[in-house]
Amino acid sequence: MASAAIYSLFIINKSGGLIYYKDYGSAGRTDTNDSLRLASLWHSMHAISQQLSPTPGCAGIDLLQADNFDLHCFQSLTGTKFFAVCETGAQNIEVLLKVIYELYTDFVLKNPFYEMEMPIRCELFDLNLAQVIQKDRVALLGR
Amino acid sequence: MIGVGKAKQYANVLDKPLSRGRQEVSLSAFAFLFSEMVQYNQTQVDNIAELERRLEDAGYAVGARVLELLCHREKGNKREIRLLHILGFIHSTVWKVLFGKGADSLEKGTEHEDEYMISEKELLVNRFISIPKDMGAFNCGAFVAGIVRGVLENAGFPAVVTAHFVPIEGQQRPRTTILIKFAEEVPDAYMFFSPVVH
Repeated sequence: MASAAIYSLFIINKSGGLIYYKDYGSAGRTDTNDSLRLASLWHSMHAISQQLSPTPGCAGIDLLQADNFDLHCFQSLTGTKFFAVCETGAQNIEVLLKVIYELYTDFVLKNPFYEMEMPIRCELFDLNLAQVIQKDRVALLGR
Repeated sequence: MIGVGKAKQYANVLDKPLSRGRQEVSLSAFAFLFSEMVQYNQTQVDNIAELERRLEDAGYAVGARVLELLCHREKGNKREIRLLHILGFIHSTVWKVLFGKGADSLEKGTEHEDEYMISEKELLVNRFISIPKDMGAFNCGAFVAGIVRGVLENAGFPAVVTAHFVPIEGQQRPRTTILIKFAEEVPDAYMFFSPVVH
């Protein structure tokens, strides 16, 4: 049993480039090339799913459930996608992704030294993200 | 050029009372505006020292205006003429009006008699800003340093004001210290006897 619900976190820009990647714990670790590949693969799959969906106005895949993991995805209005690979049946990941989106708008977009659509290298974003993930873990252990 | 309607509008502005209680603007709006200001200035300069100077100049204009306004609004058209009092005025009144709270601390420099420091654990302008590693010790607090310089200089205390990151033990984030070094012509009498004379 992994101690954390969340294995890894990806943020991809509107053209499918990986701008942030972080893994938590040992399970599901991928190297840089794999994570880049996975990010653009997910971007395309997400786009195709919108076209293939029988329901009109579908916004793409929100949740992908596999045998060993769940993949939760949140797409912001501007097309930036946040997705997390979690253990199966992990709860409240949608909420967590929205909190991470909030951190992104605060500590990345309001930072004058961040260039849009480029990889995120912001100390404050890292710090606050670590805090949120930590809090989430504590809450998980408390359940 | 100015129409009648517009002139009337100006008259209304003058009729408005100056003190209208606590007024706040959105932090997000400020953060975006400040971010744009830094980005614009970045395109206009060749090096970091120049960027710092431009931010400071922008702050200077704010400081000069803030002094004028607050002397009228809070002080009944009087301004402080003693050094420690003007520092206290900046530390409490100016800070409260601009940032919604007094500054964390005001200290006298230990190495030099004519140096003072205003420290903030987290400066409002730096709330969302992460300085990239290649920019070294650059601090966007230069804008606030400019405000302090604007207030001091227009109150008759010329000084060199700079903003620095100072690491604190047991904390991940450094605090920002605004270092004030008064010019030589600032009279000693104001500096050293002011706490006694009232």
